[in-house]
Amino acid sequence: MLMKTGSKPKLVLIGNGMAGMRTIEEVLKIDANMYDITVFGAEPYGNYNRIMLSPVLAGDKTVDDIMINDTQWYADNGITLHAGKTITRVDRAKCVVEADDGTVEPYDRLLLATGSDPFIIPVPGADLDGVITFRDIHDVNRMMEAAKTKKHAVVIGGGLLGLEAAKGLMIQGMDVTVVHLMDCLMERQLDPMAGGMLRRSLEDQGMKFLMPASTQEILGEDHVTGVRFADGSEIPADIVVMAVGIRPNIKLAQSAGIHCERGVVVNDTMQTFDPRIYAVGECVQHRKQTYGLVAPLFEQARICANHLTERCVLRYLGSVTSTKLKVTGIDLFSAGDFIGSDATEDMTFRDPARNIYKKLVIEENRIKGAVMFGDTVDGAWYFQMMRDGTDISAFRDTILFGKAHLGDSGRGDQNQAMAMADGDEVCGCNGVCKGDIVAAITKNKLYTLDDVRTHTKASSSCGSCTGLVEQLLAATAGGDYSATPKEKPLCKCTDRTHEEVRRVILEQSLKTIPEVMSFLEWSNPDGCASCRPALNYYLLCAWPGEYIDDQQSRFINERAHANIQKDGTYSVVPRMWGGVTNPKELRAIADVADKFDIPTVKVTGGQRIDLLGVKKDDLPAVWADLNAAGLVSGHAYGKALRTVKTCVGSEWCRFGVQDSTRMGVDLEKMCWGTWTPHKVKLAVSGCPRNCAEATIKDFGVVAVDSGWELHVGGNGGMKVRKTDLLCKVKTPEEVLEYCGAYLQLYREEAYYLERTAPWIERVGLESVKQRVVEDAEGRKALYERFLYSQSFSQDDPWAARARQAELQSEFRTLAAV
Amino acid sequence: METWVKICRVADIPRLGARVVKSARGDIAVFRTANDEIFALMDRCPHKAGPLSQGIVHGKRVTCPLHNWVLELADGNALAPDVGCAPTVGAKIDEEDVYLDMPAARTTPVAAE
Ligand code: SRM
Ligand SMILES: Cc1cc2nc3c(=O)[nH]c(=O)nc-3n(C[C@H](O)[C@H](O)[C@H](O)COP(=O)(O)OP(=O)(O)OC[C@H]3O[C@@H](n4cnc5c(N)ncnc54)[C@H](O)[C@@H]3O)c2cc1C
Ligand code: SF4
Ligand code: FES
Repeated sequence: MLMKTGSKPKLVLIGNGMAGMRTIEEVLKIDANMYDITVFGAEPYGNYNRIMLSPVLAGDKTVDDIMINDTQWYADNGITLHAGKTITRVDRAKCVVEADDGTVEPYDRLLLATGSDPFIIPVPGADLDGVITFRDIHDVNRMMEAAKTKKHAVVIGGGLLGLEAAKGLMIQGMDVTVVHLMDCLMERQLDPMAGGMLRRSLEDQGMKFLMPASTQEILGEDHVTGVRFADGSEIPADIVVMAVGIRPNIKLAQSAGIHCERGVVVNDTMQTFDPRIYAVGECVQHRKQTYGLVAPLFEQARICANHLTERCVLRYLGSVTSTKLKVTGIDLFSAGDFIGSDATEDMTFRDPARNIYKKLVIEENRIKGAVMFGDTVDGAWYFQMMRDGTDISAFRDTILFGKAHLGDSGRGDQNQAMAMADGDEVCGCNGVCKGDIVAAITKNKLYTLDDVRTHTKASSSCGSCTGLVEQLLAATAGGDYSATPKEKPLCKCTDRTHEEVRRVILEQSLKTIPEVMSFLEWSNPDGCASCRPALNYYLLCAWPGEYIDDQQSRFINERAHANIQKDGTYSVVPRMWGGVTNPKELRAIADVADKFDIPTVKVTGGQRIDLLGVKKDDLPAVWADLNAAGLVSGHAYGKALRTVKTCVGSEWCRFGVQDSTRMGVDLEKMCWGTWTPHKVKLAVSGCPRNCAEATIKDFGVVAVDSGWELHVGGNGGMKVRKTDLLCKVKTPEEVLEYCGAYLQLYREEAYYLERTAPWIERVGLESVKQRVVEDAEGRKALYERFLYSQSFSQDDPWAARARQAELQSEFRTLAAV
Repeated sequence: METWVKICRVADIPRLGARVVKSARGDIAVFRTANDEIFALMDRCPHKAGPLSQGIVHGKRVTCPLHNWVLELADGNALAPDVGCAPTVGAKIDEEDVYLDMPAARTTPVAAE
């Protein structure tokens, strides 16, 4: 708990940079009134976008353009800003900080975000006038000043920062030589092939390179005049820019006795060794990693804010980063392990004519790393799959041609942004997906890039996604483009993902929809038509037997246990176990159709009979008659088990090797009534001729002489997917056990409205095999949880509603006037 | 002139739900919000005449069950980007009883764009 010194607890931030101020913004978003906030910054400004210093140097932006929050913003938000004051002491015993001008400020919570310092190689002459680093506005001003009168610039360091500085100085009119210790530019982001292509392109623009070359001395009396190398050669220089790397700025933390290694050590909640003190940004070391790009720092900021405001649900688990080059006019993308090892394979694509190179490093059909030069439009897509661990086997042969070649998108001739899925990331800095941007554009009627930036933060940091955002803007605001489902956050009432919500429900033992919404701070008090059904399912799956189903959070079909039709009438599909029926059932169906004047009786694609055009008021009576003949709900309306399709099998068929009909009926008896993330369909074929089409079902069984093949993740419908073989088993009992375990895994882990096919593509067949096939104990436990949950869900919902008057109000007209 | 007709008790309509009243002008959907406010609209979605009474109620809105248009309960207007309006019917609560305003003939407001 917070101990308060005044009326409101005091939060003090040291370091007015990108990570620290993002944390403050996130805190304000969650609770603007919780803290009395004071900010100290050594630089004499509000808070600016450091990334954009490169475009400022290149003359594309001015310093004013890159301000994120000016001093007025601090005043408007009631934040005290001490710009231009460096904190020199933290007294942890008294809980106060002290600045170089003597200002003393007490704190209840302290946030350290001191960033990092440029590393200066310790050679003679490194302290001469004219040796400049590239870190802040002051540095950029010095470079621009020098460029007005001086000619020769030497940039030491052929990494991201060095190349951006070199390009900027070149645009400012200087003659620039880049000196690099290695023989490959940006060797930490590029393989030798891409590094070589980059070098040639920059040389074409007029940049010079000396590499490999080791700097031995910077020459000059009181101002730089040249650089001497280890081999004795010399070149002239009027300025030298040091861009060889950064070191986390931990001086202050160390002097205060806070545990530091390379950086200030924090745990998964961004807390330092002193529980009152949090730290974010480049100064931080988390799980042995330090970071020097904004995307992970912004993620840290979000998590830190969650804990500072005592919500305490998020944890930082580290980040995977990707790199793009901003100002060189060259498209370049890199992520992950792009070099590879013995265990990996490389897939490369080269088109020398267009100067394009792409390389993917693959391990067990998953992307481990990527380098792209010349054509980077699919970078975000590869990166997404890399982070999700997507199994690429299904489209491996065309993956290098990019997403537009994925056949099923059907929009091949449209631009890149349109080909992206809603969950694909557009802005890597701020983690903004296409779906977020499209939703913001439609919901808030946005028409300009700036609007999109303020609403979503997309393209507001490094700006390399600006083109994509503009495409989205043009396509969305200008046309009739309608957003497809599957956004990353669960819905627009929250920014939580499905996964986060499911985890929090379990961890916090949340048992009702209002509890979940209030704990996770839903923006609409009773949610919307997207999240309520999802939450209802998640709760029902988490707490079987305990959770009381919320009828008003069910889509009408599941509330009425029949499918609504376009004219407002309903259809009724009784279960026909394994597609088998008999004269008594058929007679009852015929009688019901006569008695209630049901206009259409149709055989469905799922081996059963559909009665279409039933009036809602008649439903309970129709069900009562069907029940009398032993017919129960077929759940044709539910995110639930639909049908188990079978063929005649060994009982009759001359080829059948097992009794597939019996197996199908047994599976249906075990599985009917279960609620699932999306509908689930099963099938059993009696031999590999596969007349029951088992290989496009969510769970398909194909009999072979020695037993049963189990297939998973098939889908007919909009995007056909053939099943993957899960394994082979011998006995019908095993078929039941594997099926139950598999369905339970799907129930517990898939997102609401995600069928088994996309689910398996997301998590990978291997992980499903591991849990269901290899881990025998885990399988048994899953199977038991399935059966336990089934013990509460196998009451025929029709029978209950046909019998119990209090359940019939749903179906009755209220009054007639 | 207003003509209030007593329809049912508030409790006869589920919270965040709706019930149907038959009338000479067609079905009327009577909604109840989480805070026990009552609203009534003609039970025809401006899109393709879907029965709004069968939708999911959230806040002071309902999502149509057929193609997910969202309508404001208070004035029947569809939420942007969709355009259209379901005619409203006056509704009030008095002593836990729900009344609808049922004049013999009534002109219905048409949505301003
Ligand atoms: C009745 C039936 C058509 C028929 O007359 O044969 C049917 C009717 C509907 N299907 Fe289907 N599907 C029917 C078999 C199928 C099949 C074939 C099968 O199951 O073997 C498929 C492809 C197989 C599959 O699902 O993988 C199928 C793929 C779909 C899809 C696409 C699903 C997908 O993942 O791509 C939808 C849309 C959805 O669920 O979002 C859909 C949705 C619908 C809906 C629910 C549309 C709606 O939302 O109103 C239709 C309901 C009509 C009603 O009131 O009964 N229906 N639908 C079939 C009912 C089978 C049953 O006995 O339960
Ligand atoms: C030219 C350039 C280009 C870049 N391009 C990219 C890019 O394209 N993509 C990308 O992801 N990242 C890029 N980066 C890196 C990115 O800018 C940093 O990762 C990010 O700014 C780090 O944020 P931070 O808050 O940790 O540190 P900073 O933003 O450096 O903020 C730290 C602040 O704390 C202040 N401070 C330090 N000590 C004290 C003290 N004792 N008292 C008071 N104040 C103190 C400092 O003056 C500084 O203002 C670039 C960096 C530079 C310099
Ligand atoms: S294919 Fe399915 S969803 Fe489409 S019209 Fe036929 S029944 Fe309806
Ligand atoms: S009929 Fe209501 S959304 Fe289509």
